Amino acid sequence: MLQAAVIAILVTMVLALIRAFLGPTEYDRMLAANSFGTKTVLLLSLGGYLLSWNSYLDVALLYALINFIGTIAVMRFFEYKHPMHEGGDSGGTQ
Amino acid sequence: MSVLLELLSGVFLLAGSILCITGGIGLLRMPDFFARVHAAGVTETLAAPLLLIGLMLQMDWSLDLVKVLFILLIVLATNPTASHSMAKAALHGGQRPLLADNDNDNTEDASSKA
Repeated sequence: MLQAAVIAILVTMVLALIRAFLGPTEYDRMLAANSFGTKTVLLLSLGGYLLSWNSYLDVALLYALINFIGTIAVMRFFEYKHPMHEGGDSGGTQ
Repeated sequence: MSVLLELLSGVFLLAGSILCITGGIGLLRMPDFFARVHAAGVTETLAAPLLLIGLMLQMDWSLDLVKVLFILLIVLATNPTASHSMAKAALHGGQRPLLADNDNDNTEDASSKA
């Protein structure tokens, strides 16, 4: 059953990659990248236990934290990129 | 006892796998960004704990069990926060949800109106 879960995670990663390449906006790509990162954490945990790797859980723990920080950072950048330019332009013309 | 744990772990892993694939299909096929956030964020938040609990039921008592528990808690805390951040950034960046009354309303139109 662990093998079936690994295969399901791999299928979901392929679907997220298709959305990341296909996405109309940058938000879609970042959503797919975040989903891909979460699935990577799950794949590291399950696949590392299945293949009896050495210190896979440390890598998975670190990847979960970095995935969250990266998503928050890129989304804050997207959030404040447009209104700062528009506010600066309107303030200059007024 | 071991057979029971194996069976319970199989049930958890199967439910997590089904939710995982459902989230991926929803991420690919939903028409709108906010619907995609809903499809991906909600299913991932339940799929990751189900898969990790299914893994924890197969492991023996060691430090690795605690590490998997920490991964579960981190994913459970950060995944809804990331989904909320993405939806908020998209809403502030000019994306509008696809509603029923303005069915041919594009995102460029909404951003130029706003």
